[in-house]
Amino acid sequence: MTDSAMSDRRTLARPGAGLRLGRFRDLTLVPVIVVLLIAGSFVDPVFLTPGNLTNVLQQQSALALVVLAEALILIAGKFDLSLESTVGMAPAVAVMFVIPVSAGGFGLEIPAALAIPLCLLIGAAIGAFNGFLILRFQLSAFVVTLAMLIVVHGLQLGLTGGKSLFALPESFTYLGGANWLGLPAAVWITGVLFAAGIAALGYFRAGRSLYAIGGNADAARAAGIRVERVLWVVFIVGGTLAALAGVLETGRLGGISANQGVGWIFMVFAAAVIGGVSMDGGKGTILGALTGVLVIGLVENILTLKGVPGEWKQLVYGAIILVALMISRLAGGRAQD
Amino acid sequence: MTSTELAVVEARNITKRFGPTVALDNAGITIGAGQTHALVGRNGAGKSTLVSILTGLQRPDQGEVLFAGEPAPALADRDAWRSRVACVYQRSTIIPALTVAENLFINRQTEGGRLINWRALRARAQNVLDQYGVAIDAGSQAGDLSIEQRQLVEIARALSFGARFIILDEPTAQLDGPAISRLFDRMRALREQGVTMMFISHHLEEVYEVCQTVTVFRDARHVITSPVPDLPHDALVAAMTGEAAVAYQARNRKVKAKAPIVLAVSGLGLAGRFQDVDLQVRGGEIVGLAGSGSSGKVGLAESLVGLRRPDTGTITVNGATPRLGDVPSALKAGLGFVPQDRHHQGFVPLLSIGENATMPIAHKLGRFGTISSARRRTRAEGMIEQLDIKTTGPDQPVGDLSGGNAQKVVLARALADDPSALVVINPTAGVDIKAKRALLGSVEDAAARGAGAVLVSDELDDLRICDRVLVMFHGRVTKELPRGWTDSELVAAMEGISS
Repeated sequence: MTDSAMSDRRTLARPGAGLRLGRFRDLTLVPVIVVLLIAGSFVDPVFLTPGNLTNVLQQQSALALVVLAEALILIAGKFDLSLESTVGMAPAVAVMFVIPVSAGGFGLEIPAALAIPLCLLIGAAIGAFNGFLILRFQLSAFVVTLAMLIVVHGLQLGLTGGKSLFALPESFTYLGGANWLGLPAAVWITGVLFAAGIAALGYFRAGRSLYAIGGNADAARAAGIRVERVLWVVFIVGGTLAALAGVLETGRLGGISANQGVGWIFMVFAAAVIGGVSMDGGKGTILGALTGVLVIGLVENILTLKGVPGEWKQLVYGAIILVALMISRLAGGRAQD
Repeated sequence: MTSTELAVVEARNITKRFGPTVALDNAGITIGAGQTHALVGRNGAGKSTLVSILTGLQRPDQGEVLFAGEPAPALADRDAWRSRVACVYQRSTIIPALTVAENLFINRQTEGGRLINWRALRARAQNVLDQYGVAIDAGSQAGDLSIEQRQLVEIARALSFGARFIILDEPTAQLDGPAISRLFDRMRALREQGVTMMFISHHLEEVYEVCQTVTVFRDARHVITSPVPDLPHDALVAAMTGEAAVAYQARNRKVKAKAPIVLAVSGLGLAGRFQDVDLQVRGGEIVGLAGSGSSGKVGLAESLVGLRRPDTGTITVNGATPRLGDVPSALKAGLGFVPQDRHHQGFVPLLSIGENATMPIAHKLGRFGTISSARRRTRAEGMIEQLDIKTTGPDQPVGDLSGGNAQKVVLARALADDPSALVVINPTAGVDIKAKRALLGSVEDAAARGAGAVLVSDELDDLRICDRVLVMFHGRVTKELPRGWTDSELVAAMEGISS
């Protein structure tokens, strides 16, 4: 009996305090960021100036919002590739309701103030449709959103005739270009939304349910979580965030080109995954995803300052993402999955 | 029956169909207050369906469920269900990426307020764990817990909803001997506190150990409910199988002294698992490996087949020395194996029986890398007949088979190439009595054909077919028992009590 009591204690020993380190797992990219900051300051003295760093933040704010959206969806154990097409299509179509036919619009000329709400609504509708196909029809999220990526972008090309839109209402471009309290409005908006995401996934039941669903959907269902409803909301929020990213990007560039957002999804996944968000769901944090965006932004900035020719940027990009993955793996000490 | 008038839960005349299959046919169960009630039956008898109906995950097509005489709440009212019945499911519902505390309070992390107070949550969780005597830190990551610890967390979570009725669906299937006895101690303690339990297990000894009442289901129907002492082992097996049956009788085999050594191991060691293992298996011989979960027996067996790479020592199969830690080279040397976890390593659920079973011999079924489906079919049909696999045909996906039949496919795969050495790990885990007999019989058949076998098992009954049993303790072979050992002798050796 004493023997079994002893083995009892042995097998049930409390797992060590090392697990407390778990909360720092979000921050495994911090050393990478520090290395990049140091490397950048050697590359060009301009790099570490507030002006340049602000610039980095503004350039990445739209991408960051899509990363936020994708991180939410990935944590809940799903996938959305169509976000990048929403970034271009939602603002383009919304603006076309406002501008006259001569500028490429539909000729409806609804009040300009409705353009941004309409844009967000279109994003939400795309998300809702994705959710409908994936949850009600039980289709694979990967294939559905791959098709939707093509459909949504095709819709934009068809409606705009492949042309860029330049005659935009001022209210629409305001958010992407304005400065509030010395920082671009886009940076404020992105920052607030990330803070909201961190709080929601860290301190609210609804947010925590994403981890439960992504980690083990059956267990979540058994715990009384309305799995389908939550996932649907996540897809809608994702689409809306992508549309907002489109608004910010439009304002920053002052026009909507036919391929706004095209190709972003690779960067989005790279940022989310090097930020520690698992492709299998249930793992990762919004803060981690944010560090992933920062790494991508700093790399891009350094490459530009260094004057790397555009043709070589892709290669350097990919290589640096691989290195960042390896560093975060070593720092985090956990196998990536 | 005792205290039927105080039925905590009663399922009456339940019928449930899934498409063409009838999972439950006018079956029912009545569980008295404070009882530990066993539900037994072969794979496919309808146990799992009854569990999901009793826990409100599925609605019966006909019939009703009553809790303490009251009709069951609506299916959508999860909280009402959880205050009446809790379940520790066969498949873990622990979410590995979250902490133990959050797992305990999933979807009810907040107390009143909207914000989650992590410190308070951890304290609440620690309270629950301490209340049920579970020595686990609430702040630890659930994925880092052992299977036993996860199960304890699930039990504590189940009880924390205030339910006084718990369903334990095959809780012992994945535990080793000492862990099972700890679980039983806990179940007895809960019963003393007035908790009612429904206990599902394939191990009939366990029913006699912890249960007062037993209900048998067979082919979706209720067969018998009886107090445990009134239903002797043979009668229980007969009720389950519908025929008078006895436990597997090991055959009388003799190993020829001159039979060649087909599997030899010397000085094998793997840090943290086992050290200095020497082992020789002759053709026609079955050698058992016994030991507790931490004894290293599974690690040793997995090293033999190349799933793990030992640090030191050599392995010889049939005179050849396969590369350590390399499965293809072990197979090529003439080794067949049944891995520990069939779901994980045993079969590809979406592929057909034919494809699964002939995987290692695919190169022999056609020329130049092609596979002749006619030849595969013939081979598969032979295997289905030989192992008595219950299936609609060789094209049925293995994922659709019951546990016992899926395991037979895994064994068929191991035997496909007529191996000269066979390594079998826990072949009878989670399979019913009839399948168990077929599986052990096939191992003995292989031995009769001249193969040498290593059988690793947590079940003493399985080891009876062995010519000798090596007992491992803390990574070393500490004892060798010839045929004719007694249970107590073997258990004592496994616990490291004897010298």
